[in-house]
Amino acid sequence: MGAADTPQQILDPKKRYQAGVLKYAQMGYWDADYEPKDTDVLAVFRITPQEGVDPIEAAAAVAGESSTATWTVVWTDRLTACDKYRAKAYRIDPVPGQEGQYFCWVAYDLDLFEEGSIANLTASIIGNVFSFKPLKAARLEDMRLPVAYVKTFRGPPTGIVVERERLEKYGRPLLGATMKPKLGLSGKNYGRVVYEALRGGLDFTKDDENINSQPFMHWRDRFLYCMEGVNQAAAQTGESKGHYLNITAGTMEEMYKRAEFARDLGSCIVMIDLVIGWTAIQSISNWCRDNDMILHMHRAGHGTYTRQKNHGVSFRVIAKWLRLAGVDHLHAGTAVGKLEGDPMTVQGFYNVCRDTVTKQDLTRGLFFEQDWASIKRVMPVASGGIHAGQMHQLLGLFGDEVVLQFGGGTIGHPMGIQAGATANRVALEAMVLARNEGRDIANEGPQILADAAKWCQPLRAALDTWGDITFNYTSTDTSDFVPTASVA
Amino acid sequence: MRITQGCFSFLPDLTDTQIAAQVNYCLEQGWAVSLEFTDDPHPRNTYWNMWGLPMFDLRDPAGVIGELKACRDANPETYIRINAFDSTKGWETVRMSFIVQRPTAEPGFRLVRQESKGRSLHYTMESYAVGRNPEGARYAP
Amino acid sequence: MNAPEQAPIAPPVASVASAIDLGAEFRDAGIGEVLDALERDLVGLAPVKRRVREIAALLLVDRVRQRLGLATEHPSLHMSFTGNPGTGKTTVAMRMAEILHRLGYCRRGHVVAVTRDDLVGQYIGHTAPKTKEVLKRAMGGVLFIDEAYYLYRPENEKDYGQEAIEILMQVMENQRDDLVVILAGYADRMERFFESNPGMKSRIAHHVDFPDYGDAELAEIAQRMLAGWNYRFDDAARAAFDEYIVLRRAQPHFANARSIRNALDRMRLRQALRLFEAGGLVDAEALTILTAADVRASRHFQADTASSTDNDKP
Repeated sequence: MGAADTPQQILDPKKRYQAGVLKYAQMGYWDADYEPKDTDVLAVFRITPQEGVDPIEAAAAVAGESSTATWTVVWTDRLTACDKYRAKAYRIDPVPGQEGQYFCWVAYDLDLFEEGSIANLTASIIGNVFSFKPLKAARLEDMRLPVAYVKTFRGPPTGIVVERERLEKYGRPLLGATMKPKLGLSGKNYGRVVYEALRGGLDFTKDDENINSQPFMHWRDRFLYCMEGVNQAAAQTGESKGHYLNITAGTMEEMYKRAEFARDLGSCIVMIDLVIGWTAIQSISNWCRDNDMILHMHRAGHGTYTRQKNHGVSFRVIAKWLRLAGVDHLHAGTAVGKLEGDPMTVQGFYNVCRDTVTKQDLTRGLFFEQDWASIKRVMPVASGGIHAGQMHQLLGLFGDEVVLQFGGGTIGHPMGIQAGATANRVALEAMVLARNEGRDIANEGPQILADAAKWCQPLRAALDTWGDITFNYTSTDTSDFVPTASVA
Repeated sequence: MRITQGCFSFLPDLTDTQIAAQVNYCLEQGWAVSLEFTDDPHPRNTYWNMWGLPMFDLRDPAGVIGELKACRDANPETYIRINAFDSTKGWETVRMSFIVQRPTAEPGFRLVRQESKGRSLHYTMESYAVGRNPEGARYAP
Repeated sequence: MNAPEQAPIAPPVASVASAIDLGAEFRDAGIGEVLDALERDLVGLAPVKRRVREIAALLLVDRVRQRLGLATEHPSLHMSFTGNPGTGKTTVAMRMAEILHRLGYCRRGHVVAVTRDDLVGQYIGHTAPKTKEVLKRAMGGVLFIDEAYYLYRPENEKDYGQEAIEILMQVMENQRDDLVVILAGYADRMERFFESNPGMKSRIAHHVDFPDYGDAELAEIAQRMLAGWNYRFDDAARAAFDEYIVLRRAQPHFANARSIRNALDRMRLRQALRLFEAGGLVDAEALTILTAADVRASRHFQADTASSTDNDKP
């Protein structure tokens, strides 16, 4: 791109710093010849300029408003190494098939950011620019975080490898379930559901995002009864078990208090919601590192800004920030369940969580190669409207390094919660066994499940109940680079 | 009870042919396979006894099955598991683990609850078999 | 077990009920390609190629017989390859592994080549794990033991080689479908080894003798090697090399194709030095040609070298 009438950077200092208003491109926020440095933070935005706004000027405005610019020229720029601090929009492409939308690439110098602070990073990159009037809409699609910057973060406190070593569970996805109903159960009744699900074969159970300390169940009751269920099930199966105790609370002090109680009761994992904010996430991550605790992140609220393609922040960016901020588990979508998620796009989120180096892959929405600089891997969690009958699809899409969470698919089982858990575990183990034997699980999956159901009554009941359930709606957040289909 | 550690404990016990197929998968991934046995299967017992070193550079499961038979002969009435180790950067850990022998009878674990401040409990699991006899004779019929 | 005199790989005969088309079997197994490649790629070795064809035919027939219930035992496939150094034993072992793999007698078709040092330990308790380690790596393929007779050292009664032999024999007997063992080495020493280890001899189903190459065959091998590296002799060099072969064969430590390869390596060195010292420009032709001078600089053309013991040096 680069129309002939695009304003060029004004190089003469006298003209450049004359009081008044200049175009952002004239101020130096557009540089088509800029070669990003290895240490630059790179971002790609999808922008929809207002009618009549030149896309290059819009891109320059994004760069300007997310770094040093304001609406008018200020002479105080000249007291700084302002050429270095100005972010540079350096490339702009029309979005394939989307009239009026452009991908714009922006490079930021490393010195614009405080080390080890997602709050600071986000205050720059998404602080101002999304409300900027000349843009109808803007979306942060992806970021490349340079190794020099990645190394200022501590990342996940536990990571996939150490989590598996602690639990002594290898070679298959982990299984979980969210307790239902998510609100209203007393502590004693809630702990019963935890116990039944773990006893039946799950590895983890989970509090839901909005279960904190309500009138029907005080948080300490929840913790006490859940740990009774966890330990009882562990003793009866000889296998490590856990329950994600949600420690989300109104203040950091209260969260620490709940975390410490979870630790004192012997829990191996605690849970937080994304809505607690970046600083709270980084703080509790440090606490987890100091207390040998796995940290489960429920991405509550993300749909408000990740789902629509024209405006907001892609979840792949949120996932990158969360990996830096330091969470061990992250809900990253199911593709086949009840919640939004195009399969390829969701796989891109999984790559961000699990890779040592994430490769550029436009069909999965990954615009940049991202070197994770040996920061630990995040265990993705697939949760929401999935059931045993989809086991071959889930294993095929996500592989072994994932927690598959069957909430309704466990607790709603006609023969009871234990049977529901057993059905899921048998389906999973049968599918892993078959895959490893070289069978084509994508096509033979239903038969493999049917064969296991011959000797496993709970699995047969599960398949009879949910075998045909699919959530086959068109996804909104899809790649722009190939046509994608929803998984049937 | 049946201890459900390992990735295939909810399936009927694997035959040697099935075990060989799983080992074959591990070898195809480039993982080194090893055997471990114990008569103290507490989930926090990380270090089972090694049956020889991990078998590096194998092309075929027959060598592992031979070692498994020898291990079973030498250690009846114990738990034996097959581990597959991945040495690639960023993993450097076990990638798969499954039980290939268990004792005839598995008495399991007792949950010991120690009351503490308020309603808090400290939990401990105690193996019935481990408490009964010294190592080597714990699961003897 | 004796192989038939003629390779019975005949064109298919008119089929009768439940008759089997051997030609189709042969084609489906894909061993024709391997046998053709053997014929094409290896110079000379007519008796070896013939033995390989015989063994392949026998196994093909055996497979068919098994299907018809005429044979039930997994055939013993262990072999001995005897002959002087450089006569192609390792190369043929690779092809043999491929044939066995294609016929389904060998799951992976890989070759693990070892010598005594890989199998026999230095102290008590060292040998069994070493031998077993090698056997595990070779499972599903071919274990090629070069100079196998060194496993047996009768002069030292505490030698650990015997332990390796025992373990080997046990596996050769009990895990025929998991492993094929090929013992290789000089014919006379192998014969003495078998005399002292009748158990080992009885487990070897096929003996293949590798003759020395004739002078013309070695010349042909040399030209193929050079072509493979994009070199060639000029006419004078070719004649000189024919003389070289005769001279070299008369010297001790002559190792057939291996000696040829070593000689060619040295001649390439001389060519490089010659071109370098001449200075100036070189073209592709000059870089490709080995001259008579490059050949005749060999020590074997000097009259007084017969007493030298270091015969693989120029």
